[in-house]
This record gives sequence, C-alpha cells and structure tokens, in this order.
Amino acid sequence: MSALIEVRDLAVTFGSRQSQVQAVQNVSFDVQQGESFGLVGESGSGKSTVLRAICGLAPTSAGTIKIDGKLLASPRDPAFYAQVQMVFQDPYGSIHPRHTIDRVLSEPLAIHGFKNAEDRIEKALNDVGLGGGFRFRFPHQLSGGQRQRVAIARALILEPQILLLDEPTSALDASIQAEVLNLLDALRIEKGLTYLLVSHDLAVVAHMCERLLVMQHGTRVEELTRTALQGRDATQKYTQQLLVASEGFKAP
Amino acid sequence: MTNMLQVEGLNVSFPSRDGPVRVVRDVTFTLGRERLGIVGESGSGKSQTGRAILGLTPASATVTADKLSFDGIDLRHASAKTWRSLRGPRMSMIMQDPKYSLNPVMTVGRQIVEAYRRRGDATRTDARNRAVAMLEAVQIRDPERVFEAYPHELSGGMGQRAMIAMMLIAEPDLLIADEVTSALDVTVQLDVLRILDGLVRDRGMGLIFISHDLRLVSSFCDRVLVMYAGRVVEEIAARDLHSAQHPYTQGLLNCLPQIDGDSGPLQTLTRDPAWLA
Amino acid sequence: MSDVSTRDWLLSDRPASRRQARLGQAYRTWSQLRRNRLAMVGLGIVVVLILMAIFANVISPYDPIRGGDLRTERLLPPSWAHLMGTDDQARDIFSRIVHGSRLTLMVVALVAIIATPIGLAVGTTAGYFGGWVDVVLMRITDIFLAFPRLILALAFVAALGPGIENAIIAIAITSWPPYARLARAETLQIRDADYIAAIRLQGAGSARIIWGHVVPLCLSSVIVRVTLDMAGIILTAAGLGFLGLGAQPPQPEWGAMIAAGRRFMIDFWWVATMPGIAIFVVSLGFNLLGDGLRDVLDPKGET
Ligand SMILES: Nc1ncnc2c1ncn2[C@@H]1O[C@H](COP(=O)(O)OP(=O)(O)OP(=O)(O)O)[C@@H](O)[C@H]1O
Ligand SMILES: Nc1ncnc2c1ncn2[C@@H]1O[C@H](COP(=O)(O)OP(=O)(O)OP(=O)(O)O)[C@@H](O)[C@H]1O
Ligand SMILES: [Mg+2]
Ligand SMILES: [Mg+2]
Repeated sequence: MSALIEVRDLAVTFGSRQSQVQAVQNVSFDVQQGESFGLVGESGSGKSTVLRAICGLAPTSAGTIKIDGKLLASPRDPAFYAQVQMVFQDPYGSIHPRHTIDRVLSEPLAIHGFKNAEDRIEKALNDVGLGGGFRFRFPHQLSGGQRQRVAIARALILEPQILLLDEPTSALDASIQAEVLNLLDALRIEKGLTYLLVSHDLAVVAHMCERLLVMQHGTRVEELTRTALQGRDATQKYTQQLLVASEGFKAP
Repeated sequence: MTNMLQVEGLNVSFPSRDGPVRVVRDVTFTLGRERLGIVGESGSGKSQTGRAILGLTPASATVTADKLSFDGIDLRHASAKTWRSLRGPRMSMIMQDPKYSLNPVMTVGRQIVEAYRRRGDATRTDARNRAVAMLEAVQIRDPERVFEAYPHELSGGMGQRAMIAMMLIAEPDLLIADEVTSALDVTVQLDVLRILDGLVRDRGMGLIFISHDLRLVSSFCDRVLVMYAGRVVEEIAARDLHSAQHPYTQGLLNCLPQIDGDSGPLQTLTRDPAWLA
Repeated sequence: MSDVSTRDWLLSDRPASRRQARLGQAYRTWSQLRRNRLAMVGLGIVVVLILMAIFANVISPYDPIRGGDLRTERLLPPSWAHLMGTDDQARDIFSRIVHGSRLTLMVVALVAIIATPIGLAVGTTAGYFGGWVDVVLMRITDIFLAFPRLILALAFVAALGPGIENAIIAIAITSWPPYARLARAETLQIRDADYIAAIRLQGAGSARIIWGHVVPLCLSSVIVRVTLDMAGIILTAAGLGFLGLGAQPPQPEWGAMIAAGRRFMIDFWWVATMPGIAIFVVSLGFNLLGDGLRDVLDPKGET
C-alpha cells in the first residue's frame, strides 16, 4: 500500500543570500490513509515549517512531497486545497478579526463554487459542537476554545481528506483541550480523516497518534510508535530527555 | 518570610449592558520570595488578577481592593510617577500572546535593548551584549540571528522566549509570568523554569506563575491558587495538588491526557453551579 | 418594535442573520462614538455643513452672485439685515458662505472618493506583494511626497487651467501618497498573520485576499487619516482659491472670498474674517470627528 502523504528529504531555507536559515533539512516520513501521525520536537525545530511546506506556504529548497502518490504542483492547485487543510497554532491569530464566523466559513465555499453553502455551514458548525447561535458572531465574541473550533470547522468545510494540525490545543486550558481532542478523535473516525499533528506535549501525541516523528534542529531524530513511546523505548538521547522532561520540573 | 506583595479583597469588574461583570472577586493572597502558581480554566480571571496588580487593567474596568501593597507601597493610589519607577525595574509581567505583545515592525533585539536601557544608563554595546546573552540564556540557539529578526520570522516558541528575555533582562523583584511556557516544548520549558527558579532562589524574586498546565505548576511552584469564575476556590501546597479536595480542581486534573493513558475519549469537566456560591 | 427591543436586537450576543450582526456592529461603534463629546461636536459641525449645502437656497436670504445696490449696500457691517455684512460687490456674505458650503463639500467629497481608493490600492498592493512591486510603487509614492502639496497642486492647476474641477483633481492627485504609505505600513503588519495564510490555504487569489481581507483592516486607519486631512484639503482648496487658481469669481468659494476681502482688511474686517471663521469651524469639525473615529475604529483597541 502506498502512503497518502509521502515526504522525502525535505529541506526548507528561509531568507536571502546573506542570512540564510536552514529551518528543515532531510526530513522524510510517510503517513498512511486514515492514520494519525505526530510531529514532536524542540521549539523552533521546524515542525510548523514542515506543515507550511506541505501547504506551499514555505519555500522548499530540496526534496519531494507526494500526496496520493502524486507530486504536488507549485503553486498548489485548487484541488489540493480541497484535499488538504490546516489548523493553525494560535486560535487568536488565525481568524480574521473583522469577519463574522459566517463569512469565515462561507468564503472557502464561494471560492470553490459549492452550491449548498447554507447547509454546509450549518453542518460544519454542528460538527464542531457550536450551535447556530455562533454563526454571526465576530471572533472577539468567542473564547479561545470556541475560536479553535471555528478554525477546525473552517478546515473541515471543504471536506478534505487530510488535516494538518499545528498545536491545536497548546493555547487552550485542560478542560477545553480535552473537548477539542475528543472532537478531533470523533471526526477522524466519522469521516475517515488522516491527521498530521504537531504538538510539544507528548501526552497529547500519545493520546492522538499511532506513530510519531521526533525532530530537533530541523532534522529527524527518530520515529516511534505509540507503544514504543508508552514503553519509554527511545533509542535517541533527545527523545529520552523529552520523556524525562514530560514528568515535570525537578529542582536542581 | 517577608511578604513583598499583599492583596486583600481584590475585585475587578467590567461594565456591560447588563450591569458590571465581576471577573475577579474577592481575591486575597500574599506573596513572599517564592513561586506562587495560579491555575484555572480559560476566562477564570487569572490574567486580570495579574494585570490589576501591575495597574494594567483596561481603562473601562474598575478595580477595588481592601489592600494592595508592594514592598510597603500602596498601589491603589500610586501616582503615574510611582508606577514608572515600579514597572519594569521592580515589578513586571510577561504577557500571554507574545505575538501580540511584541511590536511586529521592530526587530526583537531592539525591543529587548530598549527594555534594558529603560532601567538604567547602559551603553548601547553593553545593552546589546546583555540582550544577546539573555536570548542565549532562554535557550535560543542562534541568538545573533534572532536579535536581528522580526517577530513573524520566529517560531511560536521563539517569540515567547524573546518576550521572556525582554522581561527578565530588567531583573525585577516581582515577576508575573502569564502562560509563559504554553508554546514551548517540554525540555525548553524546563530550561525557562530553571532560569525563573534561579532568580527566585538567588535574587529573592517573587514569582506569580499563571498557567493552565497543572502538571507543570504542581512540580514547579510552592503554592497554588485555583481560580474559577473570578474566585479563588482553593489554595493548596503545590505538591499536594494531586490530592486536591475541590471537585473543580480534580476535574481539571482528570481532563489531562496521559502518556500511558488509553486512547478512549478524555474526561471533560461538568461544571456545578454550586461552585459559584 | 419598541425602542428597547430594537436596542436589544441590535446588541444581541447571538445575532440570527448577517444583517443583524452587521447592524449590531455598526450600532456598537456608534454608541461608543456617541460617548465622546468632542467627536459629537465635530459630527454636529459636519452635519450642519451638509444640511447647509443641501438647503442653501432655502437658508440664504439673498442671491450669492448678484449683489444689491452698489451705491448703498457696499461693505455694510454685520447687522440684522445682513448677518455677516456685505462685500465690495454689495453681496450678502452670509448667503455666499451658505452657498460656498456646497463647493467646500464637493471638494471634500470628491477628494475623498478619488484619493482614498488610489492610496489604499497602491499601499495594500505594495505591502502585500513586497519585492519589486513594493519598490516601484513606493518610489512613485515618494516622488509625489517629495513635493510640497500646495506647490504640486499649483503645478497641476497651472497645467490644467484654473477652475474648481481642476483644483479638485490636483488636490486629489497630491493627497493620496500619505494614505498609500499608511496602508502599506498596516499591510506589512497584517500580511504574515495566520488568518491571511489560512485564507490562502483555502485557495483564494491575491485580489480576493487584498480586497476582502487586507483592505478592511487598513480601511479604518485610512478613514481616520482622511477625516483628519479634510481640514488640510479645505485649506488647500482655499489656498488655491486665494491664489486665484481654484474657484473662479464670482463663485462663492471661501478661500477666494478671503482673497477678495484682503484689500479691505483694515477698514472692513468682516469681509475676510467671516469666510475665515467658516473655514476654521469646518476644519475643526473634521478634526474632532477624525479624532473620535480614531478612538472607535482603531483595530488595535479591540481584540
Ligand atoms: N518567515 C520566516 N523567515 C525566516 N525564518 C523563519 C520564518 N519562519 C520560520 N523561520 C525559522 O524557521 C525555524 C523553524 O520554525 P518553526 O515555526 O517551523 O518551528 P516550530 O518547530 O513550529 O517551533 P514552535 O514549536 O516553537 O512553534 C525557526 O528557526 C524560525 O526562526
Ligand atoms: N477588555 C475586556 N472587556 C470585557 N471583559 C473582559 C476584558 N478583558 C477580559 N475580560 C473578561 O474577563 C474575564 C477574565 O479574563 P482573563 O483574561 O483574566 O482570563 P484568564 O483566566 O487569563 O483566561 P485565559 O486562560 O484564557 O487567558 C473573562 O471572562 C473575559 O471575558
Ligand atoms: Mg510552530
Ligand atoms: Mg489569560
């Protein structure tokens, strides 16, 4: 079986000739259809950049990205956006401050020429557990968790197969995090989605993902399965450090 | 232990169409040279408590307190001049949302240098060296580059650390850290906590650590205040957090996913109206 | 619907339709603006100006162009018959000022309609695309900015020929660069935001992003700036009129009226002073309104 997402030797370089930043180098991984795959690693290690590169928002300098066995065109074509969608790290920064939720959700439908916009918006809001009462609100009238739900609804409204989730819960408190994670889990089963999830919280990744890739300094450290993570069988030093650090602060 | 900060009966309310909304209600606590955690769900008034202490409440809100004093100075009637001498050099706050708090069109380095120079008459090169050293101390791998970078060129966690560097460089006596580690991976989180810990131990800084990460708070802080709907519902020694009495605190703890947990749905919090009483 | 329920409907936390959400937002902005006394004074002045322009024929007691008896009614001081006195052509100054408000309003409106879109389009495009597009557009803007406004307007009018229409075009052409600058600066802050990346990910093209997502965020600060600039525009128009390059006699343009009254300044103060006061009051009105709008519309104020 060939993988749904296939990333090979990906490298991303930002900046001009004088000051170059190698944000990602030599990263390869596969994600199977219906799977949930985690990316964890140091802050600044290029996790968000990998997701952005898949979406064509970051400049790839080497390597290939295939979806469904096909190389991605650059710039991405409209069919791509209907297949792959992303939820951003910061729920406060990812929704236009002057647009109502209704506008946020109807715009992608208008771009892709969907007919039954009304029904789809209602359904998308219901799917993420926001009733119709939220439809015409502005983002400043929503809490962080509600905004993140809107962001998820926006990503789902084009009925993509693949959802790229960039720290979907790091800005949320424990109770709302639990709600959003449960929601994502339920949606994955219901719609047969494939997730690529970035998180720095190993517990979240262990809860959500079957496999995960650990990154540091823009390169891969190692790939683990959930069972290996739970059994603390990491072969690399950095992963072991992560596992120790997850237990909390210890005074020196 | 001397109490550097005393807060008694702190109330913050915002006007609204249906009368004032009290977002902080009768909060009372004291802080010495220690690490005090404030936890609670989103909207429970953690940030507004911190802001009220620093006099940074939005102008539309009203703040009342029976007592609010820092190092013997009554903050309730402090003049603009007093505030200027306090904020920055003596007490400061690392705000939530670093991307909002950093100026998007000014390089990170310049913002840190300005924060440093505001506190005394440091020379330009001196301030620059201090700023780069500070960025290095918060585990930024490439401090020279980050110094010259604009906020949008940084990852979420780097922005947050730049913000931390900017506040710590002034070496305040009281620091309010509002969700400073939420975008950081666990190892860097610990590095930042180690810096804060060092400042509390060696310089006797007082730290108020606002966070929704209960695991982190219970392992890092000395005492914890649990807030719900603007009230402190429980005050508890941090190491006893796991045996907390209040159902709300227990609920929050049970929501957390575990590395070893199964992948079934997580527990969610059912709120009891009785908690408001 | 009674007053109370209309208000509740507008302020509802759960609007039920697009229209309700939008009206609610507008109402909130309005009630915030209403709390600012000075802004309301400014708004009052602007409204009076508009009413004056609409009902000029009804308000003005005399004909603004044809004067009275040249032997007995020249240069009369203010009195009940002539509220602001008469000028050297025996024309009632009050009537001329009332009619002049039409010209002033036309200048203000046309300049706003021409200059704002140009400035917004140039600034947001330059800011959004960056790179060479930015360089080219901003250098052009700089060229316009480098000349003092009145001088550049003078050059245009000299080339196009004097007259109020040409004066308006000249002022509009010279007043967009600051708006372009402002719009570009705002766009630079916006364009890397996640919500722009998000809409790009939904497959939106550049035109849709600039128009639907970037412009609305720049618009409020540009509107504030335009309102604050109105005073300057009125003064530039008056300056051109004063120099004889704007409205041509006998049109009742305020600047031209000051110019005409200048000869009698010492003995007959009211001839130049009355239009001067009119210019002052209207400029002040726009300034106060602009300041109030800034407090209300500034997107940084709300999250
Ligand atoms: N637009 C840009 N210009 C220059 N450098 C950039 C840009 N965007 C990201 N970078 C750099 O790329 C590197 C990786 O950033 P990225 O956002 O992918 O990190 P991350 O792993 O998501 O970290 P975090 O967990 O903190 O969000 C960082 O060093 C960052 O400074
Ligand atoms: N400017 C404002 N106007 C009106 N209400 C406000 C304003 N700022 C905050 N609030 C309200 O005050 C309450 C407490 O807010 P606060 O920011 O202290 O929450 P928090 O505990 O820090 O939550 P989080 O974990 O999400 O940061 C919230 O219900 C919020 O809606
Ligand atoms: Mg990131
Ligand atoms: Mg907060």
